[in-house]
Amino acid sequence: MFLFVDIFFAADIISTVEFNHTGELLATGDKGGRVVIFQQEIENKNQPQFRSEYNVYSTFQSHEPEFDYLKSLEIEEKINKIRWLPQKNAAQFLLSTNDKTIKLWKISERDKRPEGYNLKEDDGRFKDPNNITSLRVPVLIPMDLMVEASPRRVFANAHTYHINSISVNSDNETYLSADDLRINLWHLEITDRSFNIVDIKPANMEELTEVITAAEFHPHQCNTFVYSSSKGTIRLCDMRVSALCDKHSKLFEEPEDPSNRSFFSEIISSISDVKFSHNGRYMMTRDYLSVKIWDLNMESRPVETYQVHEYLRSKLCSLYENDCIFDKFECCWNGNDSVVMTGSYNNFFRMFDRGQRRDVTLEASRENSKPMQVLKPRKVCAGGKRKKDEISVDSLDFNKKILHTAWHPQDNIIAVATTNNLYIFQDKCVFTD
Amino acid sequence: MFPKGTKRKFSDSGEEPVSSGDQSPPAASSAVARTLSSSYSLQRQSLLDMSLIKLQLCHMLVEPNLCRSVLIANTVRQIQEEMTQDGTWQIMTQALAAAQCPADRLVATEVLCRQTDAAAQAGQSPKPFSVVGLEEGYHSEEVVMEGDVETEVTMSTLSPVSPQLSSASYLAGPFGMGPCWEEEEEDGECEEDEEEDSEECVSEGEEGDRDHLSEDSRTGEQVFGTFEIKHPAPPPDPALEELFSDVDPSYYDLDTVLTGMQAAPKMGPYDLLESLSSHGPTTLSSSSSCRSDLNELDHIMEIIVGS
Repeated sequence: MFLFVDIFFAADIISTVEFNHTGELLATGDKGGRVVIFQQEIENKNQPQFRSEYNVYSTFQSHEPEFDYLKSLEIEEKINKIRWLPQKNAAQFLLSTNDKTIKLWKISERDKRPEGYNLKEDDGRFKDPNNITSLRVPVLIPMDLMVEASPRRVFANAHTYHINSISVNSDNETYLSADDLRINLWHLEITDRSFNIVDIKPANMEELTEVITAAEFHPHQCNTFVYSSSKGTIRLCDMRVSALCDKHSKLFEEPEDPSNRSFFSEIISSISDVKFSHNGRYMMTRDYLSVKIWDLNMESRPVETYQVHEYLRSKLCSLYENDCIFDKFECCWNGNDSVVMTGSYNNFFRMFDRGQRRDVTLEASRENSKPMQVLKPRKVCAGGKRKKDEISVDSLDFNKKILHTAWHPQDNIIAVATTNNLYIFQDKCVFTD
Repeated sequence: MFPKGTKRKFSDSGEEPVSSGDQSPPAASSAVARTLSSSYSLQRQSLLDMSLIKLQLCHMLVEPNLCRSVLIANTVRQIQEEMTQDGTWQIMTQALAAAQCPADRLVATEVLCRQTDAAAQAGQSPKPFSVVGLEEGYHSEEVVMEGDVETEVTMSTLSPVSPQLSSASYLAGPFGMGPCWEEEEEDGECEEDEEEDSEECVSEGEEGDRDHLSEDSRTGEQVFGTFEIKHPAPPPDPALEELFSDVDPSYYDLDTVLTGMQAAPKMGPYDLLESLSSHGPTTLSSSSSCRSDLNELDHIMEIIVGS
């Protein structure tokens, strides 16, 4: 049972949402190239009435719009993905990327400042050395917390096509970036070189029929990564096998259901997101109408399939017409891999409880935004007689889409992004145990 | 047969029943009408039209989404394959070939290819109209600035001008802008490499298209191109002229090709555009948004040309 906690109004369309590894920080990227980081208020964490409060921690401009003079094209500053690095010291690091350039940002706190210099006044002016009669040791005194974000690395000029994914390796030294046709491997310290590990660009571009849609490193095996395609396939690659991972180690593909075949079959089979489970044994894929859970040991078909909005199947032509069929929904696991979540239209989002075989549809709306208000399950009426409180398919608002959702790595706290708003919800039982 | 200005409603009730061997039952006297009268064929045709328009109408300032383009192109290919099996394709070609006249072309083609008419009609290999069409604008600029590159070849091979040549092979691939994509490669590479690439690819493209152009291959490619004529641009049409009236004709030179934005509002007959704009804000760029971007383009043009 989820409750409303907070809502944040974004200046621009939110394009990515990501918790860090402890869940204390929540980063969002937007279409204007800005990154906003929220920090969890953890003072009351041990109390039963714990309310997970997130407050704005830092805001900075990550990417600026650029103009590619060679091609006469704008390069959008929209942040496509943010990925946090595991914390190694007092500072936090994250990777943020737009279509072409990845940046490593350091976010550090400053809450003390030095005072009592011998040669300088407090305001910085230099003292006349002749007037100094005694010596003292400068001390650090508390000051208002200042959070600084500084770009530490810029990884540029390695992608001809648009970057859709970045993923930090479990070795904490390397990461991958994937565009429509290629995947590159980087070392976090080295910006002028990257290794191309997957290249599906055909020699003759006229033969292009498939693109890479998402890629991710395995959470524990630093040699393994997967990438999904627009044809609904997922390839698992092992970097130990060869330098260029064009040949997959495993190919995950579900045979098509002939009874559902249509001109839109391929489009709706295109995978928009792929995520490994935290335990590394499964992976989840999101295509237009469903979420599929795959066992890494079984390539022939998924072990679980969940229908997100099957009632849209008869509307595919309209959705093709208004381009909604190309919307890329993301998906995410909860901390113990028992529940998966993904977004839908009309500001609905869906959760599937794998163990209990239950699913629920919830709505992120301003009307249901009173503090600790319980979210009421919603229901869409596919056809026939509409019951009270149900919404008919035709009254769904396809402009209100939830593409980005994130689940706290440990607790039952979720972040859901509508077009311009970020919602934080928490479960009545916040802690997963 | 292809009524101008008619907005086809694509009924959503149930998916098109697809089995590739399906033959649509003939129902009227003319062969084409017979095939087209079945609701399925009509829907399929409508889907095809929609897809072709989608491939053309992308926001010109930013690089088009490759995934979306690939998916649409694959859909188009799928329809064409089915229509070929149906026999509908061949019938369509013949009917269109009879009706076609060289002057009929989508306005956008005209705009984009104004200066390359001669070259194109000289039999240079045409390239797909769709996604390529957009890229042409971009790469002509590239081409101009790097004086050494074999610009003429590149530009002309990219213009799908005359209908006969416009095997605008949507199916040869909207990305059959071989030269363009190759040039796009490796930002860090020196110009020499790009020249080589473009030359290589141009020859590849030409070869490929020569194949396509062989008359007796009833390939979708060759025939497909004639779809451009399906909605012929009307001769001086007051509505059309009104639409373009506030566009400065001085744009019809390098600038036009450069910005490419001009192409967007003119890419289809005015009626198609109207019907499209009624599909909701989330759809394709409307002419008004295109115009509002013209100021942006002015600015960009200043940067490129002025500096």
